[in-house]
Amino acid sequence: MQRSSKFLLKVGAGIGYFILVVAAVVSLLPLHWVFATALQLHDEVISHVPPLVPRVALEYIPKVLSGDGEGASQLLYDSLENLRILFTRTDMVRWFLNSLIVSTSATVTILFLDSLAAYAFAKKQFPGRDLLFWIMISTMMIPGHVTLVPMFRIIAVLGLRDNLLGVILPDIAMVFGVFLLRQFMRTIPTELLDAAKIDGASEFGIYSRVMLPLAKPGIATLGILTFNATWNSFLWPLIVLNKSQVMTLQVGLKTLLDRNLVDYGMQMSGAAVAAFPVIIVFLFFQGYFVKGLTLGSLKG
Amino acid sequence: MGLQKILQDIARHKWDYLFVLPKFAVFVAFIGVPVAWSVFISFQEFGVFQTRWVGLDNFRVAFEDDLFLIALKNTVWYALIVMPANVLIALVLASLIFPLSRKAQTFFRAAFYLPTVTSAVVIAMAWKYIYQPDVGLLNAFLRMLGASGRNWLGQSSTAMWSVIMMSILTPPGVGIIMYLAAMGSIPNEIYEAATVDGASGFQKWWRITVPLLKPTTLYLVVLGTIGSFQVFSQIMIMTRGGPGHATKVLVYLIYETAFRDMEFGLAGAYSLMLFAIIMVFAFIQFKYLNVNLEYY
Repeated sequence: MQRSSKFLLKVGAGIGYFILVVAAVVSLLPLHWVFATALQLHDEVISHVPPLVPRVALEYIPKVLSGDGEGASQLLYDSLENLRILFTRTDMVRWFLNSLIVSTSATVTILFLDSLAAYAFAKKQFPGRDLLFWIMISTMMIPGHVTLVPMFRIIAVLGLRDNLLGVILPDIAMVFGVFLLRQFMRTIPTELLDAAKIDGASEFGIYSRVMLPLAKPGIATLGILTFNATWNSFLWPLIVLNKSQVMTLQVGLKTLLDRNLVDYGMQMSGAAVAAFPVIIVFLFFQGYFVKGLTLGSLKG
Repeated sequence: MGLQKILQDIARHKWDYLFVLPKFAVFVAFIGVPVAWSVFISFQEFGVFQTRWVGLDNFRVAFEDDLFLIALKNTVWYALIVMPANVLIALVLASLIFPLSRKAQTFFRAAFYLPTVTSAVVIAMAWKYIYQPDVGLLNAFLRMLGASGRNWLGQSSTAMWSVIMMSILTPPGVGIIMYLAAMGSIPNEIYEAATVDGASGFQKWWRITVPLLKPTTLYLVVLGTIGSFQVFSQIMIMTRGGPGHATKVLVYLIYETAFRDMEFGLAGAYSLMLFAIIMVFAFIQFKYLNVNLEYY
């Protein structure tokens, strides 16, 4: 009896592991296909289904080892042709820089404004505090599409169409960060702030020299989530930015599809360039994503 | 007297208000005003030179036009299949990950969350290529098995299902992480007591874990409903609502109406109705999945 139940447990664990591995393969296959296709030989991709692993990954090192240095560097050169076409024939560099500008400036501004507001909401007593906080938070449940049309009219009136500011300003208005940082700052003991006050620190000094350092983990979490969200944002930039010169990466990717119908090697190179930074950020800061999700959920 | 007291209050708390003010100002300008305006916009018609009040005309047009009903039907289909599938898959995968070692947990969490951190545009581009009839991976695989391929996104009969399939096969990263966190906070004593009573592993999962995860389930159901009713990027990249109107969903219809046809009032009416529909679903979900936390 004991032995058979142990056996069943092992079988169960085996099946569980098998399901997880299959699911992980399904999960990662599209991304693998993006990066693999980017490195395939340009002409082959247009007319054939390329091999699952690009030739350069399989043959480069054997070629070097067998002394065929010239063949190896030729193969490497050919494998980078997709990327070469992408960077020379499109505004890819421009799009990348635009995305970097939008995401960086939106993230820095959000961290500053949200941490200031969250500090007051979490640690201060003032008339109207709960009302102001409630007004902001209640809009978190309103789906984004509702404000699309009016927001477009506002941006048009301000003359910010085809301007990166037209993308950045609505990003900065998002209230998620105020909520997340307030949750985090409420866990920081008020005595530490009181002690600084007794030592004669100014109001802004308490915020910048006591609160900010203590809230660093929360701020890092919000920073990474914000950068990720603004980097990936598509619908709003698509509406605001129509000239290629001012497009962000995600919008630029769409024009790759429109203009190069069958050049899958080049399309996937674009997708790979767009995905690469966020994948690296995620692999290094995985823990912050987890913390952000659990801190930022609307319960508790 | 009253005003004087208010001014005194503000003066005494001036730093507090200064801290909140910058964020609140941006919030009012780019969320507060648009939200308020979204209600009015649907009662207006936008000409080249002037804006007219047209009462309920936009709503009447919306219901007389087949497009809205087609888009509504497509969107409801998409949401009603994708949302439950995502929540269920998140629950199953999280339950399988939870008992593993720390290292294995970290690996699988990363493998399932990576498609979530990459943009919907990139994922949709990859799938569009996979679904491509001549050089796509899916048809190549089917040909290898001896079956014949199809033009998945190019035919009305398969286009919507192909988009739905993509959304199901892209793992629900957020849900998995939320469930794992919630499982970690269930006290061990409950399971020990159940073991003493002779409960099997499956019974413990079904009778203890699943009920105690209800708050997380409700959160994911509501969030998933709001999200899947607003599907857009995938449609824009893969099908642009076509072929015909086969994959026209509501947000895509709003996008076309407002920014291609410049019919802002009608688009505003569509937006408000989509909002109302989402609210009805959220209300029903709150009512039927009502959360009971007595166990804790």
